[in-house]
Amino acid sequence: MPVRADSLRGLRAFQRLVKTAVTRPLAPGYRMQRRWSDGRSMAAVAAEFIKPNDRLTAFARLEIYNRMYWFRIIDSLHEDAPGLRAALGERKFSRLAVAYLTKHPSHSFTLRNLASRLEEFIRAEPRWTAPRTALAREIARFEWAQTVAFDEAARPVVTPADFARANPARLRLGLQPYLSLLVLEHPVDRYVLAVKKRDTLRAEASNATPSARPASGIRSVPLPRRERTWVAVHRLENMLYYKRLEAPAFKILTALREGATLDRAVAAAGRGVTPEQVQAWFALWAQLGWLCRWK
Amino acid sequence: MPANAFNGHTDYGIGIGLRVPHYGHILEQKPVVDWFEIISENFMCGGGRPLEVLDRILEQYRVVQHGVSLYFGSADKPDREHLKRLKALVKRTQTPWLSDHLCWGSVDGTYTHDLLPMPYTRAAAKRTAAKIRHVRDYLEVPICVENVSSYAEFHASEMTEWEFLSEVVEQADCGILLDVNNIYVSSKNHDFSPYDYLNGVPHHRVGQMHIAGHTKFEKYLLDTHDHPVLDPVWQLYAHATRLCGVTATLLEWDDRIPSFNEVHDEALKANRFIAEAKTARKTTTAHARAR
Repeated sequence: MPVRADSLRGLRAFQRLVKTAVTRPLAPGYRMQRRWSDGRSMAAVAAEFIKPNDRLTAFARLEIYNRMYWFRIIDSLHEDAPGLRAALGERKFSRLAVAYLTKHPSHSFTLRNLASRLEEFIRAEPRWTAPRTALAREIARFEWAQTVAFDEAARPVVTPADFARANPARLRLGLQPYLSLLVLEHPVDRYVLAVKKRDTLRAEASNATPSARPASGIRSVPLPRRERTWVAVHRLENMLYYKRLEAPAFKILTALREGATLDRAVAAAGRGVTPEQVQAWFALWAQLGWLCRWK
Repeated sequence: MPANAFNGHTDYGIGIGLRVPHYGHILEQKPVVDWFEIISENFMCGGGRPLEVLDRILEQYRVVQHGVSLYFGSADKPDREHLKRLKALVKRTQTPWLSDHLCWGSVDGTYTHDLLPMPYTRAAAKRTAAKIRHVRDYLEVPICVENVSSYAEFHASEMTEWEFLSEVVEQADCGILLDVNNIYVSSKNHDFSPYDYLNGVPHHRVGQMHIAGHTKFEKYLLDTHDHPVLDPVWQLYAHATRLCGVTATLLEWDDRIPSFNEVHDEALKANRFIAEAKTARKTTTAHARAR
């Protein structure tokens, strides 16, 4: 039964139908699936709402949109996840991307948010990344943190002088929204940097004379071995940075983010931390612009 | 009609799209450009480098906002958070008008990130016009809607694309961003005359024009924005300029982007057709007076 789109209700039904057709995963060879979800021929379904012309069937016309949809969103995820691609390999990454985007299609007006639930998906469906699921989750978290650091809002900073006379038992400090604090079981920061460096070398090599061979050592980046690290992903003067943190410093920052008062946050660092160390950390964090008013 | 209510009574010349590969050149060399068109969504963020670059551009240049995700034709209501962010950007850029596409691309809150063609029905026109009015009233800026290129036509349609466009803009009382490359691409894909299209739209509502390159495949044309403008599109542009008057014009080049100068030089070719159109209009006027 053709959808008529001659009322608001009809328009919505029409758009639901087209959206479902356009966003269905592609078949092997990047072609549109031959069968609709109820088993009918896709050619017959497409012909119900799309006109053919003398060069293209309704199926072929719909397939243009189906392919463009997947190429666009996979390209976008591809760009946002160079580390995850390198760790999984292109084929496995592509399968993960299709599975992820099928389960979590975009609900945002911007493609910037496409990878926001990738780590959650990898955790929920580990089969797409096995046997490297733990590493894949960490890379996905790290690469999402980079997206956040790139363009998330900044709030007015506060300095130690601003809160020097405040009562630490009552004072709460905020952290910049663009700052992500990650505790990682693999040194993903170094791994992602190495992947980016390799990709830059590849790009430079591809601009060289055609006979030039890529420099040795740019083909693969060894996967990181287990090593617990505490990392802040942030920006400074609008450039992205990763900063390794000592465990007690990480605990203080985490406590601040969770809303602890200053004295409780410092206590979270545990014993063995000197007041001088704490002072130095706060001075550095203030210098980096990480501290702001608690909302 | 260089300046009209739909482009904020401005008289902008030939602009190009502001694209990342050109940032360095623009900020360092400060080339003379009539205006830049920005993709609104690229700057609807909280902070960071995108807004830093935008603010530096705004110090030197005139900027017009062009969007890709308002989806005037979607049955869904406009997203409030989206509109709030867009309004903040409008305040920042002081854009004299704002454009987005006559299309849909989301339903039930799921986004395809594509510019999907409309079924050309009266109900769809009514819904689309209502959304345009709503967005314009909220943003407090004139709106121009852009015709999209398309690869499919629907059985549900009750009119031609240009009749639909005309119906929508008349009901919404808004402007048109006339993309002559899109008209050409769609005319080849759907076997209509692009001149019928141009002749059939309300010329007094055209507030801006787009020109761009496309790619020819065996059985259809694809709107790729990765080439110089092809000759038949320039011919259409000349015809559109004769009909509508000299109008703010923008070259879109979004993929395989060459140097800034190459893009700008390509855009400035429009001057030749503008001059021809001016001469043709003067001749027509002189003939009319002589009679």
